[in-house]
Amino acid sequence: MTEHLRVEGVTRVYPPVERHAAVHALGPIDLALKQGEFFSVVGPSGCGKSTLLDVVAGLARPTAGTIHFEGKPVAGEVPDGVGVVFQEDASFPWLTVYDNAAFALRRAGVADAEVRERVASTLAFTGLASFAQAYPAQLSGGMRQRLCIARTLVMRPRMLLLDEPFGALDQQTRLLMGDELLKLWRETGATILLITHSLDEAALLSDRIGVMSARPGVFIDLVETGWARERDSRIVSQAAFGEVTGRLWSALRDQSIKALAMAS
Amino acid sequence: MPAPDAEPLVAAERIERRDHARSLDTALLIVGLIVLWQAGAFILGKDALPSPVATVSKLAAIMGDEDFPRHAWETARAFFTALAISLAAGLVIGLALGAHRLAGEVTEPILAALYAIPKITLYPVILLLFGLGISAKIAFGVIHGIIPVILFTMNAVRNIRAVYLRSARAMRLTLAQTAGTIIIPAALPEIVSGFRIGFALTLLGTLIGEMFASQRGIGYMLVKAMETGDTGTVMSLALLLVVLATAASAALLALDRRLRRHATS
Amino acid sequence: MTRAGLIRLALILGALALLEWACRYGFVSREAVIPPTVMLQGAWRALALEETRGEILWTLQNVALSLVLSLIVGSAAGLLLHKATRLRRALDPLLASYYAVPTFVFYPLFIVLFGLNRWPLIAIGFLFAVVAVIINTLDGLARIPRAFVRTAAVMRLTPAQYAVHIILPAAAPWLFTGAKFAVAYSFIGVIAGEFVVSGAGMGHAIAFAYNSFDNRMMYGLIVLLFAIVGSINMLFWSFERRLYARAGR
Repeated sequence: MTEHLRVEGVTRVYPPVERHAAVHALGPIDLALKQGEFFSVVGPSGCGKSTLLDVVAGLARPTAGTIHFEGKPVAGEVPDGVGVVFQEDASFPWLTVYDNAAFALRRAGVADAEVRERVASTLAFTGLASFAQAYPAQLSGGMRQRLCIARTLVMRPRMLLLDEPFGALDQQTRLLMGDELLKLWRETGATILLITHSLDEAALLSDRIGVMSARPGVFIDLVETGWARERDSRIVSQAAFGEVTGRLWSALRDQSIKALAMAS
Repeated sequence: MPAPDAEPLVAAERIERRDHARSLDTALLIVGLIVLWQAGAFILGKDALPSPVATVSKLAAIMGDEDFPRHAWETARAFFTALAISLAAGLVIGLALGAHRLAGEVTEPILAALYAIPKITLYPVILLLFGLGISAKIAFGVIHGIIPVILFTMNAVRNIRAVYLRSARAMRLTLAQTAGTIIIPAALPEIVSGFRIGFALTLLGTLIGEMFASQRGIGYMLVKAMETGDTGTVMSLALLLVVLATAASAALLALDRRLRRHATS
Repeated sequence: MTRAGLIRLALILGALALLEWACRYGFVSREAVIPPTVMLQGAWRALALEETRGEILWTLQNVALSLVLSLIVGSAAGLLLHKATRLRRALDPLLASYYAVPTFVFYPLFIVLFGLNRWPLIAIGFLFAVVAVIINTLDGLARIPRAFVRTAAVMRLTPAQYAVHIILPAAAPWLFTGAKFAVAYSFIGVIAGEFVVSGAGMGHAIAFAYNSFDNRMMYGLIVLLFAIVGSINMLFWSFERRLYARAGR
């Protein structure tokens, strides 16, 4: 299968600032994602997970190394076909749900009729159809993140990058949103790169999981879950699930202790 | 495109070094402004805009004059009285209005409206009520300065996080204890912001009052110079006021910042 | 109207009634304060006389010019400063202390520069108002969540699209606050100037009435000024309510 995303030797070093030394935040990272793969990255705080996402998305330049998306190099701008959902709520409070979802399409000059059709189907798909005329302030946190996802989906991304998108939600909502993410993944066939600090979430949702070390973050383990494509949150009851999370934590525990020591 | 922030290395040290760098930049900027001033003086001529050097030497001459201490004392007397009233009365009224929800809600739009109105239009009214002399000046300073103190104090009390007050009740503190140990410290940063603005406005009000209501004081010297076209004196006095006001404001700002460093919300 | 609104109305009417009574029955000297009803008569007369109407209009034109200039220059300067980080940081303490400086001392300078007409007044109003606009513009721009900036990058918006469709609506509440200050400060700067150095305008008319012991006209003009500033404020306030309601603040 063709490599959808190829990351080679990527490092990110923050230059020295006001007499402080340079910070080696990330890398070197090597990663190859197949088309339609669901890949998660877990790691201790400050290891550079978000930096990795920024670099892959084209929001930041790597200090060394290359990134190729669909065979073309990524540098300095976000490539066509890539969607990103951030940890913070990025919904625009001055627009309705409908206008939020339609925003990017309208700016790209898409025809009105097509905008209406795509927004309507995406809102229906994400369960927001009945809230189309509401404002984000009237929605719960989970709904707002769904709106951010809808806004990204409406552009039909071929690769979806998510940076701890469910971080602000409670556990039950997270599990349900995970199911929705899986449904979305199956129906769009997009490649997904998910950054999360929740081992359960990574183990449950992914085909493969990359475990990152403490700063500077490099991959110290790559775990294959082998789940069937048609999966949902009920696999948490399987024994294999416990084995995956166990393996993740045994790789991660020492790194987390190290990261904690670095922060204090 | 923007990248995430660098790691939070030794945060306090970073802040301190950054502050030093910024002070230097600000000093450079001030030097730049002085250079611009000199250029303006050159272009417009010394009758329109005296040069920095001429202004400073004229100021030295004015301050050395035997009449000056009398004027300075007059202004200082009026200003500090007005300031004391603005801050004390403003604080008490602000605390009361902040604590009593309904009273605060009723009065806030009135205060906001008074804040926006050019109080200079009340000057004739003040003169009619207080006559010429120092009480009119003090009154003028107070009406300028008291309103922001009230508004900021009121807001500060209202914005105290409910969880603090709940903790006070859980600890069974009396009203006095709550006010002294929780309300005032929690509200202090914002109250000090109000004091800063109250200070600046009281000074402004006192000076304006002096320009019209008095035969003594720095404001009077200013208006006399303005009327006789003595731009040299106008600029020198203006420089004096700018330096004093900026120094006081900077000191209060530093105090404000120090207090906010301890505040969490 | 809310309960607080009713109490407020009662309070104001009560205070006016008290003043009316105190003036008419001699508790307050007629030479100092006149009864509110007579003030209203004065206001009416000021509107009726062509000369005073002209002065009022002249003042409003000055204020409008000061307002427009300070909004345009202030927003542009705020936008530029937002990008020029080092300059902005150096400028911060000076901006914070700006309103401690008595800017009206520059009247004579402006008279020399512009002549004895409306422009020194507009210049002072401008100087007063522009810094408030700059400070609020900077505030609004600084508070744009980083997630919006990155979303714009992901959507591949052009800088113009980013400015119009994201910066403007996101910073709107602060731009609005800046506009409110610009109105108030323009009024203060212009009218204070008219008091002191001008031979025309509302400020001058008030000073003239004072010097001529024409209390009725003086208070009438003051009442008119209050009414004008008050109505503008109320307009802003109701507009602000609608703006904030949508954003859910």
